[in-house]
Amino acid sequence: MAQYYSEMVMEHFTNPRNVGEIEDADGIGEIGNAKCGDIMKMYIKVKDERISDVKFKTFGCGSAIATSSIATEMIMGKTIKEALKLSNKAVVEALGGLPQNKIHCSVLAEQSIKAAIADYYRRQGVDPTPIVGKLADPHEEACKLE
Amino acid sequence: MDRLIYADNAATTQLYPQVLEKMMPYLTEQYGNPSSLYSFGQNARQAVDEARDMVASYLNCRSDEVFFTSGGSEADNWAIRMTAETMAKKGKKHIVSTVFEHHAVLHTLNALKKQGYEITLLPVYENGLVRVEDVKNAIRPDTALVTIMFANNEIGTIQPIPEIGAVCREKGVLFHTDAVQAVGHVPVDFSGMNIDMLSLSAHKFHGPKGIGALLIRRGIRFASLIEGGAQEKGRRAGTENTASIVGLAHALKITCDNIENTAPSLISKRERLISGLLSSVERCRLNGDPIKRLPGNVNISFEGVEGESLLLLLDFQGVCASSGSACTSGSLDPSHVLLSIGLPHAIAHGSLRLTISNETTDEEVDILLEVIPPIIKRLREISPVWEKIIKGEKYE
Repeated sequence: MAQYYSEMVMEHFTNPRNVGEIEDADGIGEIGNAKCGDIMKMYIKVKDERISDVKFKTFGCGSAIATSSIATEMIMGKTIKEALKLSNKAVVEALGGLPQNKIHCSVLAEQSIKAAIADYYRRQGVDPTPIVGKLADPHEEACKLE
Repeated sequence: MDRLIYADNAATTQLYPQVLEKMMPYLTEQYGNPSSLYSFGQNARQAVDEARDMVASYLNCRSDEVFFTSGGSEADNWAIRMTAETMAKKGKKHIVSTVFEHHAVLHTLNALKKQGYEITLLPVYENGLVRVEDVKNAIRPDTALVTIMFANNEIGTIQPIPEIGAVCREKGVLFHTDAVQAVGHVPVDFSGMNIDMLSLSAHKFHGPKGIGALLIRRGIRFASLIEGGAQEKGRRAGTENTASIVGLAHALKITCDNIENTAPSLISKRERLISGLLSSVERCRLNGDPIKRLPGNVNISFEGVEGESLLLLLDFQGVCASSGSACTSGSLDPSHVLLSIGLPHAIAHGSLRLTISNETTDEEVDILLEVIPPIIKRLREISPVWEKIIKGEKYE
């Protein structure tokens, strides 16, 4: 049967991994807004500079749910340093590609992880900007263009 | 999933087999060109003429007021562009329309705006209905045209067309209506409803795709959009699509003959869907007037969910539906129709349009009512927006 999304996107959309909240999270990141139609919220637990647990909640289209799901898999158990290296391009590749107008979903996934890590550093009393960099919101930008 | 529940009849409809049967001779043996003199060509000519007479009789206009086009979009473009061009010569460069027209109308108006025309887009309020008083007040001495859709394609609201037409007559302004969603679904009376121009499209009423018509009241000066032949009295060039023209006429006949008989049962299925969904799912609302709407149109917004993921999960259940969410349109803004009735962006993203037809069975309605609520629940469970809603936090 012909499908709009790749099989991997459909797999993660139908069976999203690591869905939910972490009540005693060490860092929480939220990116996007309801007005634009996509919100991703990432919760991380950090132990010895490693992501020991990660959960997400997403309001958005199929690819938004799939990108957040696969991104959680890609950073689970990784060091913070490694997690910060996760690029939106790697997320797209892991999903076997995304339609052109859905690429911004992968940027949201990357950014929401960075936002959660930034929040973790802030809670530790460390300024996250030199480590995480400035967080852009691709959706804010795109919405402004409309 | 082998099951297919087709609830997207506003997008397109199934070609009736009886219609295909009437078309077949003109796709096979009877391939003559209606413009040819020999009898083999005249067979096709006769078929086109008969189809034109049928359209005229079902829509209450004259046969010489029917002009076949490639579909509704061409008819809309033609009506608006040519009226604008003709009236500009008389110094009239103002057009009145509404904010929630189909893009075939809105984008054409936008193009005209860039050419120096002035466009007034009327509001449609919370119920998705144009107020006749607003039309009256918007008409000026330099108004060239009023173009207002008969029924909205997303929320199905039916506009007060005869009343708007009467106002236009009184003020001496031409009135065009995009009736693509109305023809074959509700009674349409070209002469009796004070309409000057009307667009229709066959595939919205169980006819073939790629064929439509523009009805133009006799006596209106009208230039052609497509040049290059004497077809359609020299106003629309191109060899007639005989098979599709025949298909359009027969689909119109079948649907119009059935409207009175089938409307009550279709409306009762619609009502069952609406009340079933509103009562089983919390925090959702019906979009568009509950009574002045197309018999098969259901449009509901569910808070905290996004339309595209809803459609994907429905697809797994074999259900074909549609949404006004941005993600299904390729832009970041949700449907202009849902925004025009005052829905906040976040809620417009969570809309679901089900458009059923006479082919939709009671069992299918039961299945829809059974599969939709758990899908909403599932999406809400993973939605951070829903989390905010139930905590009473602001989310937009």
